[in-house]
Amino acid sequence: MQSLDERTVLKRVFSYVLMAILAVIILAPFFIGIWTSFLPTMEIAKGNMFSTNVSLDNYVAAFTRTPILRYLGNTVVIAAVTMIAQLIFCSMSAYAFVFLKFRFRKTFFTLFLVTMMLPFEAEIIPNFATIKQMGLLDHFGALIIPFLTSAFGTFMLRQSFMQTPAELKEASDIEGLNHFQFYWKIVLPYNKISMITLGAYSFLGAWNQYLWPMLTTFSNNSRVIQNGLKQLKSEETFNDWGMIQASAAIIVIPTIIVLFIGQHYFKSGMNEGAVK
Amino acid sequence: MLKTSTTDAIPDKKVNATHRHSFRLNAKDKYYAAVFLGPSLLVLGLFVFYPMLKTLYISLFLTNTLGNTTVYVGLGNYVNLISSPDFISSLFVTLFYVFAVTFFTVALGLLLANLASQKLPGIAIFRTLYSVTMGVSVAVAAIFWLFIFNPSTGFFALMSSWFNLPVMNWLTNPTSAMWAVIITTVWMNLGFTFLILLGAIQSVPNTLYEAADVEGASSNFQFFHITIPMISPTLFFVSTITIIGSFKSFGLIDMITKGGPTNATNMLVYRIYKDAFYSGNYSKSSAEAIILTVIIAFFTLLQFKFLEKKVNY
Amino acid sequence: MSTVLTNITKSYDSEKPVLNDINAEIQTGEFFVIVGPSGCGKSTLLRMIAGLTQISDGEIRINDKVVNDLPPKDRNLTMVFQSYALFPFLNVWDNVAFGLKARKNTSQAEIEKRVNEALKMVNLESLKDRKPRELSGGQRQRVALARAVASDAKICLMDEPLSNLDAQLRIKMRQEIYALQRKLGLTLIYVTHDQVEAMTMADHIMVLHDSKVQQIGTPAEIYKYPANEFVASFFGVPPINILPAVKVSNGRINVNNDFEVNIDQQVPADNFKVGIRPNELVIEQADELHANASVKSIEFLGDEKIVYAKMSNNGLEVAVEVSSDADFKAYDTIKVSATEKVLLFNGDGVNITRNAEDVVNA
Repeated sequence: MQSLDERTVLKRVFSYVLMAILAVIILAPFFIGIWTSFLPTMEIAKGNMFSTNVSLDNYVAAFTRTPILRYLGNTVVIAAVTMIAQLIFCSMSAYAFVFLKFRFRKTFFTLFLVTMMLPFEAEIIPNFATIKQMGLLDHFGALIIPFLTSAFGTFMLRQSFMQTPAELKEASDIEGLNHFQFYWKIVLPYNKISMITLGAYSFLGAWNQYLWPMLTTFSNNSRVIQNGLKQLKSEETFNDWGMIQASAAIIVIPTIIVLFIGQHYFKSGMNEGAVK
Repeated sequence: MLKTSTTDAIPDKKVNATHRHSFRLNAKDKYYAAVFLGPSLLVLGLFVFYPMLKTLYISLFLTNTLGNTTVYVGLGNYVNLISSPDFISSLFVTLFYVFAVTFFTVALGLLLANLASQKLPGIAIFRTLYSVTMGVSVAVAAIFWLFIFNPSTGFFALMSSWFNLPVMNWLTNPTSAMWAVIITTVWMNLGFTFLILLGAIQSVPNTLYEAADVEGASSNFQFFHITIPMISPTLFFVSTITIIGSFKSFGLIDMITKGGPTNATNMLVYRIYKDAFYSGNYSKSSAEAIILTVIIAFFTLLQFKFLEKKVNY
Repeated sequence: MSTVLTNITKSYDSEKPVLNDINAEIQTGEFFVIVGPSGCGKSTLLRMIAGLTQISDGEIRINDKVVNDLPPKDRNLTMVFQSYALFPFLNVWDNVAFGLKARKNTSQAEIEKRVNEALKMVNLESLKDRKPRELSGGQRQRVALARAVASDAKICLMDEPLSNLDAQLRIKMRQEIYALQRKLGLTLIYVTHDQVEAMTMADHIMVLHDSKVQQIGTPAEIYKYPANEFVASFFGVPPINILPAVKVSNGRINVNNDFEVNIDQQVPADNFKVGIRPNELVIEQADELHANASVKSIEFLGDEKIVYAKMSNNGLEVAVEVSSDADFKAYDTIKVSATEKVLLFNGDGVNITRNAEDVVNA
């Protein structure tokens, strides 16, 4: 491509400049947040943003003076358990809808679809009562049990399972595989990408829970990171911005790394679940 | 001359895959079904269907502070809500927020996706950078932006001082507080919307653009007459997802404005929460929850209708 | 007034060029077919003429104007893609009108007139409100043709337009495209991997192989006087039989040590090959003593049969066309011989048959 004419070159330069400006705007909150997490709070308070007094003190403070590690640990456990449970239960119900014939299958599927229309936020009052009765307030169970399965996940996996070639089922029937074997040995591996997508989706979903854990947990033993950050923010009477920014950075950096690694899967999977 | 020979038939509509899997009905299937479907049905029943019906039930009664129903009032709670200027203004606040968030999320996402779909050296870096906000959770986004909006130390305040402008307190003015929440929400949504739209744009067959090139269509013409119609299913999808998501917004509001100032950002879910868990007015909160459900169900149904058709053309 | 390709070269990075030093002159109003096996660069060449792919070196002239740096839209040509490139959200009529609307220099009345005429020409008037997905493969193909017809461009490029259709329909569309080209006087540059398409439609054929032009000529020239072994093998079904040969005496050669043929020219002493079309081979039943081949399999094609036989020497296999009532079966021992209409290729595969040289010199 040696003979690029002037107009093409100009257009490209314009594209790059525009894209760079947009990238700076989008990333600005990160840069500002992460930069200030290295500055002493006194400097921040003075508006001295370009201080050279850079240190990791805020991070040390966040780790030693706050229960942020505990919050992180709680959240990771809850999100991981939720993810695994959703992968199992959603794939099982999706399997039933695609590969099993039973009475009222359509009705049950409609029920699942209806579930997707009902916002969890509208059901917090009875759910709070249920969890309270089960004695699960301020336990991990309160944050896990209601989310063991998801209608969206079932729906997404069903769409994916339906693309599994019918020949695979017929071949397995000839080989004499039962449903458990076919599900475990063929369907799950065949739909690996959708499973990874749902895994990422449910992990992030649990990670981002805010309202429900705020209602059902009130001690550091079970508090998750989102509410933990809020807690830190409101407990700090003199607004220790440096340490708060450090805490935010501690939380956001691992998720971003995970996202970059999983981006390829996530994108293709989401598009599949979305428009197909 | 419609000599449609057997070899030149219009392709069949895609055979429904569930039918493709319609092997012989097996008596054992129902036991398998119980095992495969049972756990999910139990959880959904207990934590979705029961509470929904219960909420509907409560919304038809008055309740005491313990949450027990006392007097049946029929639609009384709803009538009260609709005639309460407070609730109506809250509804309008929510609608304004939802509309603004959806508009800016989709418009900016489309701009970014269109730019990043160009085949240029190094474009992958921009694709990664633009999707970065997907990894940001509610609380982190709120903290980053709270610092930016902070009137004494924030970035905007700093900029104002550089240019000797009066410092504005974003979060105490009703209008700017609303925009603060909108900006933060759009920023959070952008990464996801960008990725979905980028995927859609990239899946438009390249020959369509080449055909248009040969036929003499400018790049603007191509964007509006090829890209937009081709990705319209996805545009619709991200729009409804964003609408539904913004109706359910809670975390950002709780952290940035707490519904204030003077209820300027007191949106539906925040009301539901406060009426129930602050004021102990469970029946009012339940009625609001049912209204929210109706709205969400409407948009989800729209989405389903559309998924059924699968395509716009 | 013609399209002239001079020294066209295309290479990606520093690899072996995809196309190397292509030269051709395509006359206005002719049906010019570029043919070659997959991966020979024929689509790349077409895309370079269209302006969709940059050329690395050389010059393309259309009507005496160098178009190397012109964007596709300014080259005043149309293109029919293998996938048809129909816009799924537009109906037939709007698909055909797309280019006219995009250029924005045609009046509404003129657009309507041209689109309606184009649709009439391809017999799609009654389907003008349908969306592409409601059309059969052949109908979609016609929409793509109509789009080319509606444009006032006089050069039309087609990239394997029939490869998505089944055999029967391909024959029908072949005739329609040919008729359309004649009627409109289009300069049609047509890319295909199918030698039958090339043979049946072209005024001139360009054979591409190994990123180089092997031969340019009329279908008859290409079939009768192929420039080399590759061209000879590429055209004709079943393909020509290529066998090693040595000189016996002046005017007589020995083929594969199995049989001898009279020829009418000088040949090298050895290291050359003969090409014999299946219909120029003759076979007869023979006993073991006189046989030089055995029948492997037989294909019945209606009016004729193709006999595949294994020669006694070198294990070479030949195809022979015989009349369909000829009585051969597998494992028969046979005697193979040939008429005098054979082609001769030297060690590098170049055609050295005398009359071929005559044609080249003429």
